[in-house]
Amino acid sequence: MKIIAFAESVHDSQTGSGKFKKVAFEAAHAASKLAGELGGEAVALAIGKGVGAIAQELGGYGIRNAYTVEDDRLSLYSTTAFAKVIAAAVEKLSADVVIMPASAMGKDLAPRVAAKLKAGLAADCTALKGEGGAILATRPVYAGKGLIDLKINSPKKIFTLRPNVFSPGAANGSPAAVEKLGVDLQDSDFSSHVTAVTVAKAGRPDLTEANIIVSGGRGLGGPENFGMIEKLADVLGAAVGASRAVVDAGWRPHDDQVGQTGKTVSPSLYVAVAISGAIQHLAGMSSSKYIVAINKDKDAPIFQVADYGITGDAFEVVPEFTNELKKALGKE
Amino acid sequence: MKLFVCVNQVPDTETKVKVGQDGKTIDRSEINLILNPYDEFAVEAALQLKDKNGGEVTYVSAGGDSNKEVIRKTLAMGGDKGIHIKTDNTGDSYSVASMIAAALKDAGADMIFFGKQSIDYDDSAVGTMVAEILELPSASVVVKLDVDEGAKKVVCEREIEGGKETVELSMPCVITAQKGLNEPRYPSLKGIMAAKSKPIQEVTPPAAEPLTEVVGMRKPSGKQAGKILGSDKSAVPELVRLLHEEAKII
Repeated sequence: MKIIAFAESVHDSQTGSGKFKKVAFEAAHAASKLAGELGGEAVALAIGKGVGAIAQELGGYGIRNAYTVEDDRLSLYSTTAFAKVIAAAVEKLSADVVIMPASAMGKDLAPRVAAKLKAGLAADCTALKGEGGAILATRPVYAGKGLIDLKINSPKKIFTLRPNVFSPGAANGSPAAVEKLGVDLQDSDFSSHVTAVTVAKAGRPDLTEANIIVSGGRGLGGPENFGMIEKLADVLGAAVGASRAVVDAGWRPHDDQVGQTGKTVSPSLYVAVAISGAIQHLAGMSSSKYIVAINKDKDAPIFQVADYGITGDAFEVVPEFTNELKKALGKE
Repeated sequence: MKLFVCVNQVPDTETKVKVGQDGKTIDRSEINLILNPYDEFAVEAALQLKDKNGGEVTYVSAGGDSNKEVIRKTLAMGGDKGIHIKTDNTGDSYSVASMIAAALKDAGADMIFFGKQSIDYDDSAVGTMVAEILELPSASVVVKLDVDEGAKKVVCEREIEGGKETVELSMPCVITAQKGLNEPRYPSLKGIMAAKSKPIQEVTPPAAEPLTEVVGMRKPSGKQAGKILGSDKSAVPELVRLLHEEAKII
């Protein structure tokens, strides 16, 4: 069995080189682990401008052979062109399985590659297991209120991995051998393509990638009171999230929303401030490793999933928490 | 413009999931079905284009008889007609996408809209799969949309980690809508009455084979309620200590 890990990268126009995202290493390590369980081979595929210079890094995560497709037109994402490249790589390398991150790019790309190859897709997996020559995938459904185990019956198979769930392993292998793959791209292959990328909220991590998240709810009373949430987040190096009620009230932008109709997150630490914990919110964050709840309503459902709770007034507890953390982290 | 919106019926967000007797799917006995929330943004986007450029909006939904309800609901918001792809077994994303693509293949669509994901299986796959099967360009998770009908060109913004991408695509194309794209309208009483006489065509496509198979469904083991450390700020030092020593996060 041959498994391709798609190593997602971003192109830095200032340095002119590519840079792998953490999810690239998660995919590489998962592919190499699966190849070990099934007695196959895991290779990596990097697409973009300047990926040739960095592809050997993938060796650290269990990949011996990394393939690159470089083209100036691939410095920004194109769903149509990237899908063509991946499908071509699957044919050229006679691969059976593609493992990709369930990132913004992977979620857009995987269905296209799957339909092109008539390959079954197991999306947003939280576990993969190789057993008796087959791969069993586990993935959340109904925003994590249920889990399904599924297998893919088509000859070619695509799996996307939920970010932050699979370990990238330790970067201790020897550098990968890098080889260029030639894929013929026409201008017509770029019928959908990215022309610009705008970065929002510089300095704070994105919700879906963050290791720590601090979220605020309606109990904060108004948008002006998110200042203390942001201060706490800054001390922790955390992303800021919000409940649906807060977003619907227009206090925070919709891309801050955590929950079934917002983002599903699984950070190491989730701090819920003045959030009652409606089922649709819990669905989006209850797979966090540690949950802290601060809410003056001791009957709030959020306490049923919280590891540590304080049933007090957020306006009193949060500034104190920020101060104590500053002391503990030597940030005073 | 010939506009199509593919809509789905899903259990509402308040649903408590119970595993059904087959051990593979949700117990549907006590659930309330709604129009998939993200589909509302897709519907609104199509209706705004029709308001501006004229044309026709057709809703498409694949599933059992109850899917007619979501078509009626969207027709009450506006638009012209519905296509109900009648099937008892939707299978997986690929088989649904195959059925929708078959229904739309010769429809002459200028644009096909979807919600960015259905909140049941959360695959985020069907819209982009339909695009690939029909060999159309696409953009997913779209929060801003600018359509130049004359130039047959679409410029949109899609959400990515920590920012947005501006995507240019040619028409015809497929767009999947994210919250924030617009404010979906509510059906008016007049709209609800008018929807009753709008046509819904029933089609029965050849069954498409799913490529994946659910082996089992279960509830996540779930977190247990942990420790309540106190009821005011005097509990904070203990919280910091636990985060450091027990959780080892800080």
